[in-house]
Amino acid sequence: MKAKLKGAQTGHSLLKRKSEALTKRFRVIVQKIDEAKKKMGKIMQTASFSLAEVNYITGDISYQVQENAKNAQLRVRTKQENVSGVMLPAFENYMEGGNAFELTGLGRGGQQVQKCKETYIKAVETLVELASLQTAFVILDEVIKVTNRRVNAIEHVIIPKIENTIKYIISELDEQDREEFFRLKKVQANKKKTQAASDKEKADLDVSDQDGIGKTVDILRVADDEDIIF
Amino acid sequence: MEFLYFNVNDGFLEGIVRGYKSAILNQTNYLNLTQCETLEDLKLQLSATDYGNFLSNEPSPLATSTIAEKATEKLVSEFKYVRSNAVEPLSTFLDYLTYAYMIDNVILLITGTLHERDTHELIERCHPLGVFDSMAALCVATNVAELYDTVLIETPLAPYFKNCLSANDLDEMNIEIIRNTLYKAYLEDFYRYCKQLDGTTGEIMSEILEFEADRRTINITINSLNTELSRDDRRKLFPALGRLYPDVQDKLLRADDAEQVKTAVEIWVEYRQFFETSVTSAETKTLEDRFFEYEVHLNKLTFQQQFHYAIFYAFLKLKEQEIRNVLWIAECISQGQKDRINNYIPIF
Repeated sequence: MKAKLKGAQTGHSLLKRKSEALTKRFRVIVQKIDEAKKKMGKIMQTASFSLAEVNYITGDISYQVQENAKNAQLRVRTKQENVSGVMLPAFENYMEGGNAFELTGLGRGGQQVQKCKETYIKAVETLVELASLQTAFVILDEVIKVTNRRVNAIEHVIIPKIENTIKYIISELDEQDREEFFRLKKVQANKKKTQAASDKEKADLDVSDQDGIGKTVDILRVADDEDIIF
Repeated sequence: MEFLYFNVNDGFLEGIVRGYKSAILNQTNYLNLTQCETLEDLKLQLSATDYGNFLSNEPSPLATSTIAEKATEKLVSEFKYVRSNAVEPLSTFLDYLTYAYMIDNVILLITGTLHERDTHELIERCHPLGVFDSMAALCVATNVAELYDTVLIETPLAPYFKNCLSANDLDEMNIEIIRNTLYKAYLEDFYRYCKQLDGTTGEIMSEILEFEADRRTINITINSLNTELSRDDRRKLFPALGRLYPDVQDKLLRADDAEQVKTAVEIWVEYRQFFETSVTSAETKTLEDRFFEYEVHLNKLTFQQQFHYAIFYAFLKLKEQEIRNVLWIAECISQGQKDRINNYIPIF
């Protein structure tokens, strides 16, 4: 039982440490999300504005771009990151393949198109970053809740339970001890009593023995013999 | 002598166009537009101008694209009116103006066909000025060769296609290169046509078209720097006219960075100023802005003379620029970027 208690206590402290680490991480992430969101707002604004610029100079190119886009140049891959036993997916973007729109707006506004593309790439990068932070945020939130629940459970339910059990066992054992002791005492007392009784008897017996030996009973000499009247 | 007979055929239309021209937004209108806080205000301000209540039937959350769409619609109806009243040779001249839009539409359709899109949807997205009769027939065509054989051969664009592209090219070449090749052929053809028209038209139009050609040449050079476009391909896209043709174009072919482009072009005083500020002071005014500005300037000059067709061209281009300006202002308002709202190009 003691071992169990000790286990619970170490578990508790471990979990507590874990939840602290997670919370710390969580705070950092919250801060980062805040920053990223602010940054994203700004970037999205410039991006959509640069699109307006392109529209101004080149006219509507949306269809051209849609049709020419065959595969994505910007790709996202996930990797795992271990934070005190919790797997956090982190998204990472990388470039692949050539620029599909090198020649878009060749006759007019090509530079604006490229600029617009670059701003949007930046915007997407921020989005990806934000996405990975956000997933990390959600997962961590869950994990922290679970951990905290466990910590609390251990602290407030399991440990007291075990402690209670131990207390009960101890008290029971004490009781048993006392009972035994009492019993032993009683037995001793009884023994003493009987001993004393037997001693006394013996002593009595001794005395009567001495009497018996000293004066033999004179059977013949019956002192006051009752008269027998028939 | 043509002054004597000009009014017999085209006097009415010239009057009409000059009337349209005076309806183009002036500085005061733009000042009012830039003061607007919301798109609703913009709509109100526009209704005081010649645009009238062209937005009155639009539901309240106004998108900038609707504004542009409606404004284009108005321009198209004006142009159509002029076109339907025109007689030879003005009608041919006006047709030539629409070819540029036709090229864009055809390119759009080709891209769509290559990716097997729904053609009806494509036709909706075409520029209304470039619509041609057989366009509906495009729904039938399934591959590009068929598209050419059945549809394009009937259009006025067919010679451009025939001269510079084979059906095979259509499948393989980059769509942007096709577009620019076609445009080059169109410019050259239009230039030839203008030259054979009577004196004033030819004179003014050739100046405008030469500038257009030079602008394309410079743009193509700058935009193809550091791309996989080879020099020979680049040469094929340069229109064979304009001030830069042919010796400066050769220099541009060899140019590897913007600085070299600048030195090559600098021998022309008009073009030098485009680069002077656009390279050094970034952002305030781009090269494109300066091109637009100069184009507007040239187009404005056409109204100084009478009895020629260039005003029709100029009117179309100025109106387009105006739509772009309104769109820009509307975008600036809707995106809250007030500090750059004055980057439009004033016309009058």
